[in-house]
Amino acid sequence: MPPFGRSSRKDTPFPAFRTRETGFNLGAMLRYALHRLFSLTLSLMGASVVIFLVIEVIPGDSATFMLGLNATPETVAALREDLGLGGSLWERYWAWASGMVRGDFGTSYTYRVPVSDLVLDRLWVSLPLALYALSLSALIAFPVGLVAAAGRGTAADYGIMGATQLGIAVPNFWFAMLLVLIFAVNLQWFSAGGFPGWEHPGAAMKALTLPAIALALPQASILARVMRSAVLETLDQDYIRTARARGLSHRQAVLRHALRNALIPVLTIIGLQFSFLLAGAIIIENVFFLPGLGRLIFQGITQRDLVVVESVTMLLVFAVILVTFLVDLAYAAVDPRIRQT
Amino acid sequence: MIHVKNLSLSIHGTPILDQVSLTIAEGQIFGLVGESGSGKSMTALALMQLLPTGAVATGHARLDGTDLLALPEAGMRALRGASLAMIFQEPMTALNPVQPIGVQVAETLLIHGAADRGKARKIARDCLHRVGLGHIGTEVYPHALSGGQRQRVCIAAAIALRPRLLIADEPTTALDVTTQAQILDLLKALVTEQNMALLLITHDLAVVTDTASRIAVMHQGRIVEQGKTTDILRRHRHPYTRTLCKASAHRPERQNHAAPEPLLQLSKVVRLYPGRRQGFFRRGTPLRAVDGVSFDLHYGESLGLVGESGCGKSTLARAILGLEPIQGGRITAFGKPVSPQLPNALRARIQVVFQDPYGSFNPRWRVEHLVAEPLHLMANPPVGRARRDHVAEALKAVHLTPKDMDKYPHEFSGGQRQRIAIARALMTHPDIIVLDEAVSALDVSVRARILDLLATLQTRMKLGYLFISHDLTVVRAITDRVLVMQAGRIVEHGATRAVFSSPRHACTRTLLQAAPGLRAM
Repeated sequence: MPPFGRSSRKDTPFPAFRTRETGFNLGAMLRYALHRLFSLTLSLMGASVVIFLVIEVIPGDSATFMLGLNATPETVAALREDLGLGGSLWERYWAWASGMVRGDFGTSYTYRVPVSDLVLDRLWVSLPLALYALSLSALIAFPVGLVAAAGRGTAADYGIMGATQLGIAVPNFWFAMLLVLIFAVNLQWFSAGGFPGWEHPGAAMKALTLPAIALALPQASILARVMRSAVLETLDQDYIRTARARGLSHRQAVLRHALRNALIPVLTIIGLQFSFLLAGAIIIENVFFLPGLGRLIFQGITQRDLVVVESVTMLLVFAVILVTFLVDLAYAAVDPRIRQT
Repeated sequence: MIHVKNLSLSIHGTPILDQVSLTIAEGQIFGLVGESGSGKSMTALALMQLLPTGAVATGHARLDGTDLLALPEAGMRALRGASLAMIFQEPMTALNPVQPIGVQVAETLLIHGAADRGKARKIARDCLHRVGLGHIGTEVYPHALSGGQRQRVCIAAAIALRPRLLIADEPTTALDVTTQAQILDLLKALVTEQNMALLLITHDLAVVTDTASRIAVMHQGRIVEQGKTTDILRRHRHPYTRTLCKASAHRPERQNHAAPEPLLQLSKVVRLYPGRRQGFFRRGTPLRAVDGVSFDLHYGESLGLVGESGCGKSTLARAILGLEPIQGGRITAFGKPVSPQLPNALRARIQVVFQDPYGSFNPRWRVEHLVAEPLHLMANPPVGRARRDHVAEALKAVHLTPKDMDKYPHEFSGGQRQRIAIARALMTHPDIIVLDEAVSALDVSVRARILDLLATLQTRMKLGYLFISHDLTVVRAITDRVLVMQAGRIVEHGATRAVFSSPRHACTRTLLQAAPGLRAM
């Protein structure tokens, strides 16, 4: 076909990039991942400096607090040395930060055990709980949001919108207590609280079920709304009309073309929700007597156990940044345009 | 092959189409012409049965004997994409950004069960090859393609099942002239090759004169005239057709008023864009978007700047407006250098009108606020009563009424909005107005009136116009001199008449050849 082969080559905007942008390019993906990793590492370093300085400027150090009002200055000084509170600001930061990198989080003043042990114990509760709640949230929100969007303006849409409004408005501790009342007290299907440990995985999962549901309800409501509006927005796009002109039904056009494009805002919200669930479950942890990270940091603050506070905060920052990185990778997997930046 | 008889349509009770009848034969290109809002697109969507909610269509539309209007949705789905295909105006957004083009072309085949996955992929490759994209592969994503290439992908997906009728709704309106000519050539060739019928919908008479064998002229939901293209254009029996033809070839009355002293001088202007990032610190070679451009603009003169999209026209305009720094050469206006640090007093004397007035207005501002905005550039801007008088005067200058001051932009038509944009540009009594595709989005009759307005204003205020456009008909109608730009350089310049009648550079010749109907009309 000589006439067209010739003419079309002319409107190629950047002939030099043609091969590079062809299809799913692992090199481009890797370059993008490294690029993101680099900037996130910088944020992590920045955050560590801020956390360290904030803890430093809080008046009254741990040594004074632990020894009480009647301690002599000599004992306080000795304990300070013991706790590693001596030395210049820079030395202390370096000792703390390098310890973190090695996995040495210091020793808790109150519990007198390595903070890493404390955190690890709690993480085994908080992390599964967060993942459990997030999976529930996504499992509910995806189909619900999609149904609402596909039937915009129908009874189903109004029903779902009303229900999600309620889900956001209801305080989750109240909902948690309601769950306890129904499923633990009346029906006796679940225990009302506590955590048996992972030696019995079935029992552990069972103990996390009610808290996970309580946590997932507002998250699922938010996510379903985001999902709905994201799908609706893509439904107005020209490529949906093109797909319809190609012979797709409305439903096929939604599933094949709108869904993946709608995923980008949804992924953003999922990332934010995970970070929140990891540390923000403190109220739910209290309702169900779960030994989670939220309770650990709360106890650390009330007992002025600054090493614990510092380390857990840093760990949470790390978790948020890690999740951001994973969300960034997910963006790139979904959207080819992001891979080349 | 396709017979439309007495097709009427209303949306939520508002009549849109009134007794539309037309017939298209196999292998025929049928042009449907009309201004925006005349019902062209709705006719197409009625044939596809992809009408908006609340639309009620009556009459018949028979494709090979099957009445499309009477078919249930399932029956329609079997035809859409198979016997009846459609491409749209906006190639930039018509493709799914997260799917490779091959997948989107193959989808036509898969959805109709015409081939299995492997075979569909092979046919998709053939189709892309047929539309001239064989060299870029099927795994490319839409964002890596130009507008013309994307329109080719849409065409490939539309012809994959060899439809009986292809509907093309303004397929080239968003493209520049050379790309437009290539797409039209491609469509023509496909019609002959596949013996399909093509319904070509456009607002541009010039596009159909070169392409269609029959045309129908639409006005306010009715077909006012239809017949052989040559007959319609030669005779134009209907007064509306006559108005349309006259408006599209309209030339405002104006003389060359150019004063000897230069208003704006460019000397070897260079605008670089940083190259693509290659790793963390390394960057590729910078892109020379504007590469050594020199010219003068005089008081009262209209200077045209033409070129394909991407040649650097708009970049140059931004540099002249002092919005972006230049990396070489000099721009001087009124003897003072132009840069992003341009003092307000000078900035007030260079104003601009863009293509899309709706996009350049804040939708939540009233017209008074919008038009008065450039006043902040003045040392002692009028306030209160004086400001309202000032705005009223500017609105009167563009033939609007002072009452329009209290309305919002959405209450106006496209042509009126462009008048508001011109009023805004006049507020500070400028000497230079840069018109960046200022009439490209307007219907021909509206365009004719705006061109008249611009000519009158120029005579009265001694304005210097830099008229940037890809539309050569317009440039020929309103400019004294013309510059032809290609890849950041001025490749030809001279008196407009001379350049148009005897172009010297190959780029100018290509542009002129591509311009549809320029010779015919």
